[in-house]
Amino acid sequence: MCIHWADAVRTAVAAATASFVALSLAHAQGYPNTFQFGQPASEQEIAAIAIAIPADGKGLPLGQGDYAGGKQVYESACAACHGADLMGVANMPNMPAGASLRLIGGRGTLTSTKAVATVESYWPYATTLFDYIRRAMPFTAPGSLSADEVYAVCAYILTEAKIIDKSTVLDAQTLPRVEMPNRDGFVPDPRPEAFK
Amino acid sequence: MSFSHSDHIGTNACAIEAALARIGEAITEAQAREIAAFEDCECKKGMFVLAPSRRALVGGTGLVAAAAMTMTWPRASHAKAPPGAMEYPVQTDSTKEPGRMMGVDGGYGSRSQFESEVRWVNPTKTASFTPMQNGYGTITPSGLHYERHHGGIPNIDPAQHRLVIHGMVDRPMKYSLADLKRFPTVSRTYFMECSGTTGSELMRANQPTVQRTHGLVSTSEWTGVPLSTLLKQTGLKPEAAWVLAEGADAAVMSRSVPIDKCLSDALVVFAQNGEAMRPEQGYPMRLFLPGWEGNISIKWLRRLEVSDKPFYTREETSRYSDLITKTGKARIFTFTMEAKSVITFPSGEMRLPGAGFYEITGLAWSGRGKVARVEISTDGGKTWSLAALQDPVLPICQTRFRFPWVWDGTPATLQSRATDETGYTQPTHQQLIAERGPLDAPGMLFYHMNAIQSWGVAADGSVKNVHPLG
Repeated sequence: MCIHWADAVRTAVAAATASFVALSLAHAQGYPNTFQFGQPASEQEIAAIAIAIPADGKGLPLGQGDYAGGKQVYESACAACHGADLMGVANMPNMPAGASLRLIGGRGTLTSTKAVATVESYWPYATTLFDYIRRAMPFTAPGSLSADEVYAVCAYILTEAKIIDKSTVLDAQTLPRVEMPNRDGFVPDPRPEAFK
Repeated sequence: MSFSHSDHIGTNACAIEAALARIGEAITEAQAREIAAFEDCECKKGMFVLAPSRRALVGGTGLVAAAAMTMTWPRASHAKAPPGAMEYPVQTDSTKEPGRMMGVDGGYGSRSQFESEVRWVNPTKTASFTPMQNGYGTITPSGLHYERHHGGIPNIDPAQHRLVIHGMVDRPMKYSLADLKRFPTVSRTYFMECSGTTGSELMRANQPTVQRTHGLVSTSEWTGVPLSTLLKQTGLKPEAAWVLAEGADAAVMSRSVPIDKCLSDALVVFAQNGEAMRPEQGYPMRLFLPGWEGNISIKWLRRLEVSDKPFYTREETSRYSDLITKTGKARIFTFTMEAKSVITFPSGEMRLPGAGFYEITGLAWSGRGKVARVEISTDGGKTWSLAALQDPVLPICQTRFRFPWVWDGTPATLQSRATDETGYTQPTHQQLIAERGPLDAPGMLFYHMNAIQSWGVAADGSVKNVHPLG
């Protein structure tokens, strides 16, 4: 009985010690909500890399361009891959090839097994064209075109696609207002599909 | 009887068994050439998952040589080590002289010079595919993880790299790799799959091997910082709903991510399989969005811009949207990779040496959680049986399945069908086409193609990619 009592005391002490240790460890292992790592990003640092243009055109740069200027840019910077006729060049090595480089045509094909998705037939926003050309084109020298050149080549492609006319001058105000033929061609993801 | 050897020498039944049977015999150079020539037979990558390449074969026979060979094996065919290996002399008897000392590899180990599995690179050099047919377990070696690049692999000095978080935040911040590593980190084993994987297989059997039909999926253990931790530092404006993620590659790859994903399981990772992430996976840091199409886990992550709207970037409108030809409408922001599985052995371009026992094996995964079960059919889908799943079965991770099969030597069609813990079951080609419409156009990908794959086994044991539509 004595032994049992002593055991009980030992157990109680051990339990108290354990809970004390647990408490102190829990304190030591706590994670703060905020950390003093990293540096504030300055407005200049952000402006230097914040190139994404949403559909409302916010952030489009100063500058402008039209069909005539765009034709010159296209012929020197784009035609080698996308073709003089904007229909793409087959079998380009070491880059996305073939029909995916085609820029115009394809309207009315999106219900076809042989669908042709181009800027003309598929892209919902003209702002995306500006954004993508400025960030990633031409493939071998991305980011090399000036804002004027990007506006101009957008005007050239959109005119050849019969979306705007040759007299349209594209800039930060007019580009977001271009109505793309497939603007309403996109729907939210309905998956998971109910396969039986 | 040959199987007991297969564990440690990576061998196959006929050639190596024959060679092992000759242990202790001297063989002629002509016999050696005959064995070496085996690799050039029409069964190509061989009859087993452990299919012998020329190197594996010579390696196996090298073991024979070690026992008592009196001749020197032809060496010219592998004078240069394959990628990831270093060429060392093969000892006549490795028990009779010391092996090489530690450190001669410079301190970073390499695989055996007799192993030569590599990623298959597509003709446009924009994607490389994991050799699933010869993989084991569930982890993809970092050097064999699939790749998809849109502007090449940038070579980034981490000392110069910063991740900038700005937009609808309270405190715009920039983080270096060293900063990132100071935050509390987590490690998670996740699969990643390109949403274009298997897209070429919708209308017909197109690619010959599982590497080329399914190889744009891989699994790694990823370590990084929860994106929610970083967004807690910057704070979020009440209207924050989307985050643009942008890479520092020549494509300046950009995708819009819903804020809910950013605040749940999204990670900014810097390590893969226990070491710094590989350059082709986004070194020094990438976004990782578990269970979502690989493209949106932006590599070489340089910028996160919090916004109230998506940006409709080229890669989420023109590409990576799913045209439903049935309606002419395209599904946009289709992120989740749904349940999918494939048999990796036997698979396309292998050849079974004859009737008898085989262990069918493969991989299953789901972006919605754990794999609940995998069923196998050997009769083209008429009857199904449960496969065994290798523990541990992890959520959003490839799961290895196995199924014992005795082949009677008659033509068979092998299929696997995965069901995930949500109850979703992998569909057939016919179901996908009925739901989304057929698509068979150059330059157009049928994204999120997760149909049941069929491998046809002919009476001669040859295995090829077959399609249910014939």
